[in-house]
Amino acid sequence: MIDFDLMARLEHRAARWLKRPRVDLFLLGALLAVAVAGLVVLFSASAEDPGQVVNQALRLLLGFTVLFVFARIPPTVFRTWTPWFYAFTVALLIAVLIFGEGRGAHRWLDFKIIRFQPSEFAKLALPMMVAWYLHDRALPPTWRNLAVCAVLIGLPALLIMDQPDLGTALLVSASGAFVVFLAGIGWMRISLILGSGLACLPVLWHFMHEYQRNRVRMFLDPEADPLGNGWNIIQSQIAVGSGGVFGKGWLGSTQARLDFLPEHTTDFIFAVFSEEFGLIGVIAIIAVYLFIIGRGLWIAANARDTFSRLLAGSISMTFFVYVMVNGGMIAGLLPVVGVPMPLVSYGGTSAVSLLAGFGILMSIHAHRLRGR
Amino acid sequence: MIGLGRGRRAVKDPVQESNLFRVRAAEGFLIIALCLSVLLGRYVWLQVLRHDEFSGRADENRIKLKPLPPSRGLIYDRNGVLLAENILDYRLEVIPEQAGDVDATLARLGQVIAISPDDRDQFEALRQVKRRFHNIPLRYALSEQEVSRFALERHRFPGVEVVPYLTRFYPQGSDFAHVVGYVGRIDDEDRERLEDARYSATTHIGKTGIERYYEDLLLGEVGYERVETNAEGRALRVLGRVPSKPGRHLRLSIDARLQRAAVAAFAGRAGAAVAIDPRNGEVLAMVSQPAFDPNQFVNGISRKDYAALIGDPRRPLYNRAVLGGYEPGSTIKPFIGLMGLRLGLRTPGDTIWSSGEYRLPGQNAVWRDWKRGGHGEVNLREALAQSVNTYFYDLAVDTGIDRLEPEMRAFGFGAPTGLDLTGEPSGVLPSRSWKQKRFGKAWYPGETVIAGIGQGYWVVTPVQLAHALSTLAARGVSHRPHLLMSLQAGIDADPEPVAILPDRPPIEATPAQWDAVREGMEAVMHSPSGTARAFGFDAPYRIAGKSGTAQRARRRGNQEYNENTTPEHLRHQALFVAFAPAEAPTIAVALVVEHGSSGSKAAAPVARAILDAYLNPPSAEATP
Repeated sequence: MIDFDLMARLEHRAARWLKRPRVDLFLLGALLAVAVAGLVVLFSASAEDPGQVVNQALRLLLGFTVLFVFARIPPTVFRTWTPWFYAFTVALLIAVLIFGEGRGAHRWLDFKIIRFQPSEFAKLALPMMVAWYLHDRALPPTWRNLAVCAVLIGLPALLIMDQPDLGTALLVSASGAFVVFLAGIGWMRISLILGSGLACLPVLWHFMHEYQRNRVRMFLDPEADPLGNGWNIIQSQIAVGSGGVFGKGWLGSTQARLDFLPEHTTDFIFAVFSEEFGLIGVIAIIAVYLFIIGRGLWIAANARDTFSRLLAGSISMTFFVYVMVNGGMIAGLLPVVGVPMPLVSYGGTSAVSLLAGFGILMSIHAHRLRGR
Repeated sequence: MIGLGRGRRAVKDPVQESNLFRVRAAEGFLIIALCLSVLLGRYVWLQVLRHDEFSGRADENRIKLKPLPPSRGLIYDRNGVLLAENILDYRLEVIPEQAGDVDATLARLGQVIAISPDDRDQFEALRQVKRRFHNIPLRYALSEQEVSRFALERHRFPGVEVVPYLTRFYPQGSDFAHVVGYVGRIDDEDRERLEDARYSATTHIGKTGIERYYEDLLLGEVGYERVETNAEGRALRVLGRVPSKPGRHLRLSIDARLQRAAVAAFAGRAGAAVAIDPRNGEVLAMVSQPAFDPNQFVNGISRKDYAALIGDPRRPLYNRAVLGGYEPGSTIKPFIGLMGLRLGLRTPGDTIWSSGEYRLPGQNAVWRDWKRGGHGEVNLREALAQSVNTYFYDLAVDTGIDRLEPEMRAFGFGAPTGLDLTGEPSGVLPSRSWKQKRFGKAWYPGETVIAGIGQGYWVVTPVQLAHALSTLAARGVSHRPHLLMSLQAGIDADPEPVAILPDRPPIEATPAQWDAVREGMEAVMHSPSGTARAFGFDAPYRIAGKSGTAQRARRRGNQEYNENTTPEHLRHQALFVAFAPAEAPTIAVALVVEHGSSGSKAAAPVARAILDAYLNPPSAEATP
């Protein structure tokens, strides 16, 4: 027996969802496109290991589930819980400093059942907190408010940098800074802050770990130690350059398949993509990334309130930082920093936290101003 | 609402804030688009402008050239007898990655196959530089028993393999040790002088003899396999190959049968013999005794064996035929005799009186004949037959050292012959200028006297003497002595004769003059008065010969030399030169028997045995 009534109801609901979906279909489509491209390259980069591809697909599935769940939560709920979430995250970051584990760096918290990186929470908690702080204050923010923002950004950023995880610290502080930027802070002030930031670089150098300093040194002159620290940078550029305009074709990467390219499923997977799909592929995927960023900013511009606007804008712009830092590292334009190519690099936590962020964006989109 | 800074607060203006945000978002998007354009620009630069460079580097990464060793050319004698070949041998190799605990494996392996500390040391040294998945040789030249013993126990040794390889083998053993020489593992000294690329797959190089002199021809050309390799260096698949080209086969002018007969004729005594075909300069035999087994050196001689060879007072490693310097003694007399005729100082019939003692006017020094009381009146023929010193003392004094020296030089004395072996010395042809240079002293007339009988400063090598004798036998036509007769690309290929480099201009003399010297030398062997008649009278062919005795201990006054009471190292060196058949010579031999008392007694029978082996083979089996 077929329950025609149920079928009809499901059909009706599907039609209504498509007519007025809770998610932005353009953004969702673009995210799915990137995710699929990522799985395709991963199959090649992992030497055709279906296990890794299925693993990554499951993580993405989890990420998209989180996205759909978050899309149904009104932005006001996020806003209400923001200070608690932030406080919880900072507490975890302090805990990880004391109890954490990981290869050489203290990044992971092991709760026997689940093991995770609290710094992934910070990627959301920090822009939320800064947006929350600024949302009921007159914008552009005053110097005094900016000082508070600096503390809100600096505390988790320094804790993460101390793990040490320069890449995440960079992403986290960037997400906070974008909130401040979107809050309308004047260009004069931006220049002042950036200027003093540049002036502080030597201080940063002082606090950096030796391996981080070596990465910067190698970035400046990779051929000085081609078999040692410069190896990654050189091999990655060889992969990209040898791909040419049209690429070597799917499964055609020699650099990854013969193990010349290190970390070729995680941080350096985009080099495999560039080698196999060439400049055409690179232009296509960068275009999709740019579309995601633009669409995110458009959703932000149409958001209902200041909190939503600032948060949505920051999430979109932070996405750019991933692309820029990873893509720049692979092309030898920026030093080696552990930032993944979003939704393409193998590894679960960043995909889930990224998609959770886009879930919030979807929620903001669903609760946007209407009928203006 | 909760707030962190409730102080002074301006009134919020939602519309203005919203507009401000839109401006900011637009500005942000522009900056992002700009940054991504820069990023794309970098990819364009890498993938379009520098594509060729990086493509090359990607290929360089993955494609390694694996050199393929060429097989070394074979060496034959003039009749196709193999003197040096490549044989299949077996070595033991260990792949550490597959062997697991290498030390335990080696310990167990030691119970099946003998592994010396030397082997072990070499293995450990290679293990330091090679990757874990590479084969590392542990022992070379496994015996058949060892191979079969290992085959039975094979299951106990994962990662240990018996691998076949080609190795050099000298089937004639010690008989050709000094001529053919041997190959050995390339060492640091070799590496400095050779082109690395040509030897990239080759482990051995010619160290001495023909193996060294014709290394370039024997080596062949290295081939290559283009192998796709991963970052670890593990070969994954072969993309293409350029096969190696084997080295050229060499055919030597040596006659193996003659060589063996010559070795046998020495009967264990130390010395050297060189036989040359006077018609073309081909070296027919070249013997240096005692010798050694060159096969010992191919895969590394043990320290003990090497120490034994080096420490042997009879110096088996020393190639006397080429490097040995000897006083020619009376073997020089035919050359001096011809000089007298050529310069018009004597005619064949001119006689002198040998009283047994020779004096220079106004000097007290006495030079003697070997026969007490002298030989009486002798012409050139008798002077040669009986080896009358006085005849040649007198002739040398009449000639003077300044004319004697160029006459002798024309026969090649005092200079390397140009034989195709390395290290050939010049010997010493005494002259005024040589003595001035060597000792800073003026020439004494008495030194001219003894120069006439091949004594004093004279030093010749057996090959020099054989070469000079060949020139004499060929009536002045000189051919550069050589061992290499022809080259062959393969075993069935046609031989390509090698160009023979021109030698000195011919020596001019009238047929009567040549005949006179030849007859004198024939008389040595065949006349009743000849010093070596005991070894010539029964020969089925005519021999022209001359003995020589180089004196280690000088006779003083009337003291008699007694070979039985003189210690061996002070005994005379016995020399002999001979060519035959006398009228149309096809072989010229020069030889030395060390510590052999007189040339006519010790060296003449050896010369006869060599000539017999060549001209009068004892049995049918040796007849071609």
